[in-house]
Amino acid sequence: MTLLDTIKIALEALRLNALRTALAMLGIIIGVASVIAMASISAGASKQIEDVINNLGSNVLFARPGSSRMGGRMGGAGSSLPFTDGDVAAIKQQIPEVAAVSGESRSAGAVVYGNKNWLTSFQGVNAAFHDVRNWHVSTGNGRELTDDDIRRKGKVAVIGQTVARELFGDTSPLGERIRLKNVPFTVVGILDKKGQSGMGNDQDDTILVPLSTARMRLERSGGPVPNAVEIMLISVENGADMSVVQADIEDLLMKRRNVRPGAQPDFDVRNMAEFIATRTATQSTLGLLLAAAAAISLIVGGIGIMNIMLVSVTERTREIGLRMAVGARERDILVQFLVEATTLCLIGGIIGLIIGSIGAGLFAKLGNWPVLVDPMFVAIGIVGSAGVGLFFGFYPARRASRMNPIDALRFE
Amino acid sequence: MSNPKKAVIEARGLTRHYVQGGETIRALDGVDVTIHEGEFVAVMGPSGSGKSTFMNMCGALDRPTSGSIKVGGAELSGLDNDALAELRNRVIGFVFQQFNLLPRTSALHNVMLPLRYRGSLPADAEERCLKALDQVELAGRASHSPNELSGGQQQRVAIARALVNEPELILADEPTGALDSHTTEEVLKLFQRLNAAGMTIVMVTHDAEVAAYAGRCLYFRDGNIVEDTAAAKERAAS
Repeated sequence: MTLLDTIKIALEALRLNALRTALAMLGIIIGVASVIAMASISAGASKQIEDVINNLGSNVLFARPGSSRMGGRMGGAGSSLPFTDGDVAAIKQQIPEVAAVSGESRSAGAVVYGNKNWLTSFQGVNAAFHDVRNWHVSTGNGRELTDDDIRRKGKVAVIGQTVARELFGDTSPLGERIRLKNVPFTVVGILDKKGQSGMGNDQDDTILVPLSTARMRLERSGGPVPNAVEIMLISVENGADMSVVQADIEDLLMKRRNVRPGAQPDFDVRNMAEFIATRTATQSTLGLLLAAAAAISLIVGGIGIMNIMLVSVTERTREIGLRMAVGARERDILVQFLVEATTLCLIGGIIGLIIGSIGAGLFAKLGNWPVLVDPMFVAIGIVGSAGVGLFFGFYPARRASRMNPIDALRFE
Repeated sequence: MSNPKKAVIEARGLTRHYVQGGETIRALDGVDVTIHEGEFVAVMGPSGSGKSTFMNMCGALDRPTSGSIKVGGAELSGLDNDALAELRNRVIGFVFQQFNLLPRTSALHNVMLPLRYRGSLPADAEERCLKALDQVELAGRASHSPNELSGGQQQRVAIARALVNEPELILADEPTGALDSHTTEEVLKLFQRLNAAGMTIVMVTHDAEVAAYAGRCLYFRDGNIVEDTAAAKERAAS
């Protein structure tokens, strides 16, 4: 008996009970579809994080006050004193490998244009922001912030794409007056589209103003230090050893903030890549959990297959008896039912694959989420469903093959 | 009696006991019988007489508890399950009361079933199936599935299936039990024709009229043969 013949017999048996076959397959379809969708979505997320790293550049350091280390009685992040313009200048001047430093402070509030208003985040930045963040204003969309704007404390703003769309629609925002906390600013540029951050928030929903202006006009006055800077983004020259530069910056800041050498620093300097790596680890844990959930649904599907195969074996007892009487060996019967279970699962798997891919595609389209359908997942889906068929089909097939032909032939 | 023909079935002290609910059932209790090539034998007896167990033995579906039975020259008690399957495939053709055809499968493919279990399908499989169908005068219905055939035709397809591997022996278990009197006669005449052409046939029946078509009759009771018409003839002759 050739394998092809056996598969034909299996398909025939499945066709004769179309409804039952469909119901039995449903578990496998759902299982494989969720495996494919989950794998594609979480692979897309990892891909996006990679993109973020590439986008920011792996040569960016991130400094903020307050330690994230959980030692002793340290306060939470941001509880210690902020940096200052002096720190920004010192890093730029004293560490030769540093290409640019962007001091930033952030706040949030409503922006008003005409009769429209929009709640967004304000970032007070230096001109270095555009280079460090690698986030520019394309020609035709106005200009970027300049050192001159910072010096003059100019009331100018560069707005993100989301803000531009929400406030101005199709009209050009350039040269228009917007009000932030009742202070009028002139829109001088529109940032390029950046999309979602690795954490899922819309990076284009922001407004850039000169850091000096922000300090004077947008933030409550009388902070603990003059010329405060909340965070610093530091880009390092290509080819420089990041960990050495990181240590140099830490030493410099320790000195400037009067922390004794060897003591716990009251600030935190981190490599952007490692910052993101932490989140990648979270993502992959999540992906693992989803994969486990999907695997469980495959197992449940497999139990459904086993159930249906047991029913089929019982129903076809006389057929099994006949086959044995005309010369089928135990192995022939075993193979026949294994092929049947595997075919059932494979068809379910392929349908699941299609549904899963469509689902992932829809998710990508509607959720604006990066999705990656890897050919590897397709292979895993097919091999996995065939494996489920073999595993859960084995017991029913073995039961069929162990039947006593005499009893099987007389079965009513 | 001297018979130069070879023995297809040869039972010596054939015994088969079952244990059921702690009680031993002596289904066959020391049966001695020889069935030679070219015989048409009817096996009769009330239910529980052991005739079905005897048929299972002849069909290589079961092994004796003690004693010996040779089918086509092979001693069953020495064979494993695969060897028994091979024996059923090559030496024996089965015909059942309920025909046992695969539904929604053409007559031709039903007949082909034993050929499929031969290891590899012979190149002339289809020809051989058509030849077997021709022997039962159903060559014209090769493409019909069982539900398009009458009961008598279905049984003839089953007989063609039994013939396709050119067995040494046809075992028929109540082959006319599900047929009306007209088709019963048709099937039995077919058996007689096949027998005349040299086929050995062993047929279980409880109907004396059906048994009358056979050349020899074995009556079973309580696990033994109580009457063998061949032996009776021998006695009468002596």
